[in-house]
Amino acid sequence: MSVSATTTSPVLFTRDGFMRGLRASPPLLIGGLPFGLVTGLTAGAHGLSLLEAGLMSALVFAGSAQLIALGVWTAPVPVATVSLASLTGNLRFMLMGPLLATWFDALRGWRRWLTLFFMIDHNWAMALKEIEAGRRDAAFLLGSGMPVWGVWILTTLIGHLSGSLVAAGPGHPLFFAALATFIALLAPMWRGRGDLLPWLAAAAVALGVSRLMPGTAWHIVAGALAGGFTGLLCEQAKGRSA
Amino acid sequence: MTALHGPTVLAILGMGAGTFATRAGGYWLFSRVRPAPWVSTLLSYVPGCLFVSYVVPAVLAGGIKEWVGTAVALVTVRLTGSVIWPIFTGTAAVWLLWVLLR
Repeated sequence: MSVSATTTSPVLFTRDGFMRGLRASPPLLIGGLPFGLVTGLTAGAHGLSLLEAGLMSALVFAGSAQLIALGVWTAPVPVATVSLASLTGNLRFMLMGPLLATWFDALRGWRRWLTLFFMIDHNWAMALKEIEAGRRDAAFLLGSGMPVWGVWILTTLIGHLSGSLVAAGPGHPLFFAALATFIALLAPMWRGRGDLLPWLAAAAVALGVSRLMPGTAWHIVAGALAGGFTGLLCEQAKGRSA
Repeated sequence: MTALHGPTVLAILGMGAGTFATRAGGYWLFSRVRPAPWVSTLLSYVPGCLFVSYVVPAVLAGGIKEWVGTAVALVTVRLTGSVIWPIFTGTAAVWLLWVLLR
C-alpha cells in the first residue's frame, strides 16, 4: 500500500516547500467557496451559534462529513451518531494517507500529525503528483492546505451570517442547497456499471433503516456498509466466473 | 452569536476526533499492517454508497419541489460537468417552485 522511497535524497520540510504549496492553493480556494457558504448556512439553520459553526469548520475541516452530520442534527445532539457519521464519511482518507507515506514517514513529532490534519482531497492529489515528480518537500501539503482551511472557516462564518440576515425559517428553499451539494458531489462518483448493484443496495438499506430509526444517521452508516459489501461480493463473484 | 452549548461542543469534538482518526489512522494503521485486498475493495465502494445513502432517503422524504430540484441538479451536472453549478441551479429551481406554489 505504501509507496516506498526509490531515491536516497531525504524528505525535507522547508519554507520553500510551504511557499510552493501556498502558490498552488488559489484554485482550491475558489472551488471551495460555495461549500463553505452552504455549510455555514445549514449550521445556522440547525441552531448552531456563529462561534460553534466556526469551531466545527476549524476542528473537523471536512465539508461532506459536516453536512452529513448537520443533516441528522437534532435536539439533543446525538453525539455518538454524528461522531461516527464523520468517521464513516471520511473513510476515504484512510486509503489516501498511506499513499503519501514516503513523506509522512520522514516527518517527526507534531510536523507529521499537523501535516496529516491539513490533508484534503485536492492537495492530496497534488502531493501525489509532487512525489511522482521526485519532489521531496512535505511542507507542500501544509502550504496548500492551510489557506483552504482559513477560507473554509471564513466562508462558514459568512454563510452563517447570511442565513440569519435572510431569517430563513425551516422549510425555506435555501436549505435545499445542502442536498444539492450532495447530489453534485455524488454524480462524479459513478465509476461505471459495476457501481449499479452496490448503489441500489445502499439506497434500499438506507431507506429501510431510515424508516426504522428516523432522526438518526445510522441509515447512512448501514447503507454505506451494505453497498461496500455488495461491491465486494460482486467483484468476488466476477473473479470466480472469469 | 458566541454561545457555546456543552452537548454541541461535545459533538463537534467527537466529529473532529472521528475525522482526524481517518486522516491519521489510515496512514498509522497501514504503515504497520498491510490491508487485506478485500478491505481495500470494500472501502473503495464506501464513498459513493455513503452519498447514495444520504441522498436517496432525503430526496424521497421531500415533495415535488425537491424532486424537481434534484432532476435540475442532475441535468446540470451532466451538462456542465461542474460540482458547483448544480448547487445554484437546483436550489434556484426549488426556490422558484416555492414562490410559485405558495
